Amino acid sequence: MPRVVVDVMPKADLLDPQGKAVYGALSRLGLGGVRGVRQGKRFELDLEGQLSEDRLVDLHRVAETLLSNPVIEDFVVRVEQP
Amino acid sequence: MRVGVVTFPGSLDDVDARRAVRLAGADAVPLWHGTDELAGVDAVVLPGGFSYGDYLRCGAIARFSPVMGAVTSAARRGMPVLGICNGFQILCESNLLPGALVRNDSRRFVCRDQGLRIENTATAWTSAYTLREEVTLVLKNGEGGYVANAATLQRLEDEGRVVARYLGDNPNGSMREIAGICNERGNVVGLMPHPEHAVNDLCGPGTDGSRFFTSVLSAVVAA
Amino acid sequence: MTTRLVLDTVALAGETPDVQQPWADLGLKDDEYSQIRAILGRRPSSSELAMYSVMWSEHCSYKSSKVHLRRFGESLTDAMRQRLLVGIGENAGVVDVGDGLAVTFKIESHNHPSYVEPYQGAATGVGGIVRDILAMGARPVALLDSLRVGPLDAVDTRRVLPGVVAGVGGYGNCLGLPNVGGEVVFDPSYAGNPLVNALCVGVLRHDEVHLAKASGAGNRVLLYGAATGGDGIGGVSVLASETFEAAHRPAKRPSVQVGDPFMEKLLIECTLELFNGQLITGIQDLGGAGLSCATSELASSGGSGMRIQLDLVPLRDTSLTPEEILMSESQERMMAIVEPQQVQPFLAVCDRWGVEATDIGEVTDSGRLVIDWQGQRIVDVPPGSVAHDGPVYERPLCRPAAHDALASDSAERLSRPGGGAELRATVLALAASPNLCDRSWVTDQYDRYVQGNTVLAQPEDAGVIRIDEGSGRGVAVSTDCNARFVQLDPYAGAQLALAEAYRNVAVSGARPIAVTDCLNFGSPEDPGVMWQFAEAVRGLADGCRELEIPVTGGNVSFYNQTGDTAILPTPVVGVLGVIDDVRRRTPIGFTGPGCAVYLLGETRDELSGSEWAVVVHDHLGGHPPAVDLAAERALADVMVAAAAERLLSSAHDLSEGGLAQALVESCLRRGVGVGIALPGLDPLVALFSESTSRALVSLPTTQEVRLAELCSEHGVPSTRLGETVGIGGAAEIDVAALFNLPLDELRAAWSTTLPSALDNA
Repeated sequence: MPRVVVDVMPKADLLDPQGKAVYGALSRLGLGGVRGVRQGKRFELDLEGQLSEDRLVDLHRVAETLLSNPVIEDFVVRVEQP
Repeated sequence: MRVGVVTFPGSLDDVDARRAVRLAGADAVPLWHGTDELAGVDAVVLPGGFSYGDYLRCGAIARFSPVMGAVTSAARRGMPVLGICNGFQILCESNLLPGALVRNDSRRFVCRDQGLRIENTATAWTSAYTLREEVTLVLKNGEGGYVANAATLQRLEDEGRVVARYLGDNPNGSMREIAGICNERGNVVGLMPHPEHAVNDLCGPGTDGSRFFTSVLSAVVAA
Repeated sequence: MTTRLVLDTVALAGETPDVQQPWADLGLKDDEYSQIRAILGRRPSSSELAMYSVMWSEHCSYKSSKVHLRRFGESLTDAMRQRLLVGIGENAGVVDVGDGLAVTFKIESHNHPSYVEPYQGAATGVGGIVRDILAMGARPVALLDSLRVGPLDAVDTRRVLPGVVAGVGGYGNCLGLPNVGGEVVFDPSYAGNPLVNALCVGVLRHDEVHLAKASGAGNRVLLYGAATGGDGIGGVSVLASETFEAAHRPAKRPSVQVGDPFMEKLLIECTLELFNGQLITGIQDLGGAGLSCATSELASSGGSGMRIQLDLVPLRDTSLTPEEILMSESQERMMAIVEPQQVQPFLAVCDRWGVEATDIGEVTDSGRLVIDWQGQRIVDVPPGSVAHDGPVYERPLCRPAAHDALASDSAERLSRPGGGAELRATVLALAASPNLCDRSWVTDQYDRYVQGNTVLAQPEDAGVIRIDEGSGRGVAVSTDCNARFVQLDPYAGAQLALAEAYRNVAVSGARPIAVTDCLNFGSPEDPGVMWQFAEAVRGLADGCRELEIPVTGGNVSFYNQTGDTAILPTPVVGVLGVIDDVRRRTPIGFTGPGCAVYLLGETRDELSGSEWAVVVHDHLGGHPPAVDLAAERALADVMVAAAAERLLSSAHDLSEGGLAQALVESCLRRGVGVGIALPGLDPLVALFSESTSRALVSLPTTQEVRLAELCSEHGVPSTRLGETVGIGGAAEIDVAALFNLPLDELRAAWSTTLPSALDNA
């Protein structure tokens, strides 16, 4: 079964309060050497049938319009299992 | 004069918005999210709440609802549309307004009486206020931080499209203390605080919110 | 139980009587297991064993508390029954509030789950009580939450409290229910044993009351809402009614439930539309014990039988066994009994709201609850034996030996500050102490405005909600408990909790009419704890009879303890009152300068168990303040009459922190100062005594004569303390000849305690 993964991350120049909170927790836990943390979302889309170029184009459009908001987020679509 | 109030499955302040519309002297018409029929209304309010649960992003799924298709085309033709809180988020997701709303910088939901300065009285929803008037409305949100890129912010400022700004401590990390904005034409307004919770002295912090709803009456009559 | 080769059917149970069953791992005692075998005349199937074990747990069966809780019913008088439409035993009690309207309300605990996973524990606690109210046929209209956690400076408190508050807010805000009050209390005894008690209020018309009864053979059983997953399997028996160490036994698979407030919002709107269309004949929410509870209670209460096809239940996790499906505590599910011809319209309403609904069985007249799984019978039991006729224990109780020493160690003997400067510093220290400081760090995370009917919300004495926009009719609710008083004297302490909630409602201008209680205690197997419990229930029942307001329902939470150390006994009391016109409510804050300020009631030298004793001396001992319920009634009569006549500008109940704290709160509410002279007592007693039946009121000077008349008519002592003076930067509390305290300085001390401890925690 093909699986496509969409990673959605807050844009690099945008404040990410959740990532900032995790970053703060890391330093409180005494874990040094971490320069920054950003928190994003991962979507796993398990597909029926075969993966095709056309379907990937459709998935790209879904990632851009529904799964992410281009004003605040960047996304990457990748095929985890063809 | 008929003002539609949209109910999504997770809408919460639709009853309050309808009450505010009625108190302003208009007929409040309930609109259901699953229909693209606007029932001949003259203006539309998108109320606060969690539209479709908002687990993905606030307003992200509502954007694709049948009613939003109709609201979007009506808005582009000039119909007055007010998005309050979740409604503001939906308007941004629908690209009727620029920018986006993100989680409060405190990472906590905040509910409080909030001072605002009205900075644009030329919109369909704010004409009954005086410029730079300071008012108190209810603010209640978890994802109310307004963000946009530098060019968009500059354009909003240059064109006077910041409708209202927070007074005092910034409650949610909004850029430039922005509480509300409008589109170029001024018929579409998005507002994070809740004017519908400030329409009587008994159940809210005064009546400063009423004029959002009376403003639209004169806008429609004038149109 | 998870790896199984053979389905344990009823038939197999009959053929294999000697199979060893894990009844002890499921929390059953050997005599309870024998009792089950006697009821069935054979060994139970594994599914039956699962049902009995979860339904006979302390949490579901009230087996240790039942003999005591009977007092609430036995002490009912005709006067108390007058407004009672539905009493104890249903999902929630229902009281008549006039004009054909009724109100249902109930408080419930979700303590242990909130310790394990604060956010989800608190969130699902809110979800559960809301479904109880919904199941009565009512629209939920308000929430209150009563929270108790360890010391503010404890590391674990900074994990538990923010999570709990976010959970209460995250769930309640998403449902569109205004949160109008409650409590936040810090005490070392709650470290490791936080108390999360949530109260929900619902409104309905008299003819809309629905009950959890399955009747009418041939009627269909519909399960609707969320799909069933592995949430909280065994959660009821493990998380809610065993000591915490025991939770790690692997056989019980403890797991917390996860809430979906959006699903619950759909369930509320969908269910209200179903009621409206008269499509439901009986209804039960699925909470603790899930399907086991809903099927057996519906069939038992309806005096009927029921046949369920368990493999029709929609599953989120298809690997669940039938036993697990029966025990699952997946949230946001309801079960309705529907006449066959109404099934299609029922499904249509669910479809409109996007709620999945499944016909899983039917009501029968067999008097048996039978459950089939893939064509085989796995349960065949008398439903009453599961739901209502579980074991009942008369646990041993014994006044602890140490109690005499505690009672004789009175705080009245502690050293008292002498001069004005010391008193001033004490007022400031108390105002900034964790239990008296500003609560807005918590309450600002709750939506108090949604629905547009909130007339008063925290920090007011009671939450006041308008329930009829036309007439202005409303209800007032307050929850209270000073657990230190209960520790010092459980009988009197429970009455003091009742008196405080009663007073808070009356001071707001509403007439108190009904009570709900959430009885949080340690282990019932400890005779000392059981004595506290029995005394508290006796005190509460006697107190309710004297005040003539019935207990309409509630909840018992035992096993709140770490090792042998129990929490302070904490019977949280919620009182509901009715006010004919919410425009006549009385708020707590001074409204402006020039008003006369009075203290109503009598102040005695009562400092044991007080905030002063704890904050200044870290002391707990002695006797709590005297209970005088006749004086409470008289004060309530004055307050309700004064509100109806719109006599008062403000009224604030005196409780923790005494007169000093009441002045602080009435002044800071709107930034209005006050100039007073203390009556001729020891100033420390005048300021910090916690004598009951008192209120601080302010009113226009033109109304003073009328107030005096009212007070003398009802025999309530009144003392003129002074007048309100000054607003803005110059406002202060000026206590003649002793000290003055600028409000700016006071506000800074009062408002920074919680944020500085919890921000960025």
